[in-house]
Amino acid sequence: MGSSILKKGGFYLFIAIIVFYAVFPFYYAIITSFKSGTQIFEVTYLPHGFSLQNYYDVFTSGGRAMTWADVLSLDITGFPRNFINSVIISTLVVCLALLMAVTAAYALSRVRFRGRGLLLMMILSVSMFPQVAVLAGLFEIIRFFHLFNTMYALIFSYTIFTLPFTVWVLTTFMRELPIEIEEAAIIDGASPWVIITKVFLPLLWPALVTTGLLAFIGAWNEFLYALTFTLDNAHRTVPVAISQLTGSSDKEIPWGPIMAASVIVTLPLIALVLIFQRKIIAGLTAGGVKG
Amino acid sequence: MTSITMKSIRKSFGPVDVIKGVDLEVKTGEFMVFVGPSGCGKSTLLRLIAGLEDITSGVMSFDDKVVNALTPSNRGIAMVFQSFALYPHMTVYDNMAFGLKLNKRKPEQIRAAVEKAAELLQIKDYLDRLPKQLSGGQRQRVAIGRAIVRDPKVFLFDEPLSNLDAALRVATRIEIAKLHHDMNKTTMIYVTHDQVEAMTLADRICVLRDGLVMQVGTPMQLYEKPASTFVAGFIGSPKMNFFTGAYAARYRADTVGVRPEHLRITNGPGWEGSVIHKENLGSDAFTFVDMGQGEPIVIRQDNIGETALGAKISIAPISDDKVHRFDKTGIPTA
Repeated sequence: MGSSILKKGGFYLFIAIIVFYAVFPFYYAIITSFKSGTQIFEVTYLPHGFSLQNYYDVFTSGGRAMTWADVLSLDITGFPRNFINSVIISTLVVCLALLMAVTAAYALSRVRFRGRGLLLMMILSVSMFPQVAVLAGLFEIIRFFHLFNTMYALIFSYTIFTLPFTVWVLTTFMRELPIEIEEAAIIDGASPWVIITKVFLPLLWPALVTTGLLAFIGAWNEFLYALTFTLDNAHRTVPVAISQLTGSSDKEIPWGPIMAASVIVTLPLIALVLIFQRKIIAGLTAGGVKG
Repeated sequence: MTSITMKSIRKSFGPVDVIKGVDLEVKTGEFMVFVGPSGCGKSTLLRLIAGLEDITSGVMSFDDKVVNALTPSNRGIAMVFQSFALYPHMTVYDNMAFGLKLNKRKPEQIRAAVEKAAELLQIKDYLDRLPKQLSGGQRQRVAIGRAIVRDPKVFLFDEPLSNLDAALRVATRIEIAKLHHDMNKTTMIYVTHDQVEAMTLADRICVLRDGLVMQVGTPMQLYEKPASTFVAGFIGSPKMNFFTGAYAARYRADTVGVRPEHLRITNGPGWEGSVIHKENLGSDAFTFVDMGQGEPIVIRQDNIGETALGAKISIAPISDDKVHRFDKTGIPTA
């Protein structure tokens, strides 16, 4: 009896440590972002004072204060511009990567051809390359295609880095789908494209959501390429923009706006996970085949 | 209204020959059963007919039309799979309608076809459900329904009852037999390893072994005149008893076979052996006799009798014309 309580207590203590470890940095960012002025330099662990000044500063930094007319004419500058850049780039990367990965995974998991295993191993090993290793080469390619300092440079390079992982995961998932379902569709007269879109995609939802989410997070957080392949603030993404936030002088680090910006860029990710977690339902294939 | 002709059909997967030259004709409206032990190539042969696998060499024709290069959907076939293979994310209705929709049929036509098939298979109440909300038997009926709505010229079954429990298996077997009567112009090919299914359903049975056709004939032809010891042993349950050596020599053969139902226990002279096991099923009773032959001899009787385990008994065929004689190569002698 006593030992069981001890076990339970230990279990919850362990959970508490993990939760604290995972959540505290973000929690501290949130409470700091609501502080104003010199409050920031007092260490407090509970919310203390409430001001939206930092958020206002972030939205007006790097550009002029916007009027509604600017917003309506899509003439958006400064941090909001960076935020929109990030949304567009990450979304396009996810769409592109999933489209290519699903079709590639179909071929790699279902079409018999010579060198399939070798190709899969190559894809896996490519995903282990450190970013820095290909930075110079990628830079040359981007210059060659005149993509430097455009969003396409980032979309292009993020897709390259997301694809191996996405293809690998989707191939694994697609292999698990019963071959008979595909054969039944073939007999029903479905072309490979119909099989992929009408039969496999609905069954692959959990895998698509998971890999799509990871691809989105990867593109959203990416820093090195975003720093290297862009030149001016109009084309920057949020991670770079945050690092470039400046205070009233060069010596001053604007902690408040940085924290506020961090909170802002984390919210979309949290929202995405919360929206899609309901889609991540295991056992979606239950019922189609025996058992 | 389609007959199928296969001429020297071969199929290899890399270096492995699975089908080693099959010549076979399936007549219009016939219920043909492919039966054989696992690995004999019966499923592969069915998949060659379906077009799910490419033929390595040989000619496959439906009526007079060579179909070697035709895709499955252009062959006018429908197939029921062992694992049902329903689309898990579609309702029963959508599962059945999917093929017709891809065929660009009119919506009212599709609805009519699906409802007619659902009526026939008594799954009308389940049309809005997902496969996972159905029992195994219902799922297999949906799978059969999906095949029916395609209005196939050739209906293929790949071990459709293997995933059902014993009671459902018998019920579904009867339904498939009924289906064959209702769709008597549709050629049906059915693959199974279960010789009871083969015997009960087939117009003709094709026994396969190692990628070759061993014998084709009506169930009774196979039962009464097996063309080899293999067929003799494969058709019939429990399997035929084989005797060699002195037992066979008396009939001037290398091997003789007697079915369990054609053996009796006698008081007079016969073949001696000791009882090692008895099974009583009520309607049938099996006595297993050790005669020093490796496998025990099985006798089927109406009732279990009084013989005790270990007792020495003598057995004899009920008549000499129930004794199948085979030569050294396993071919029947006249």
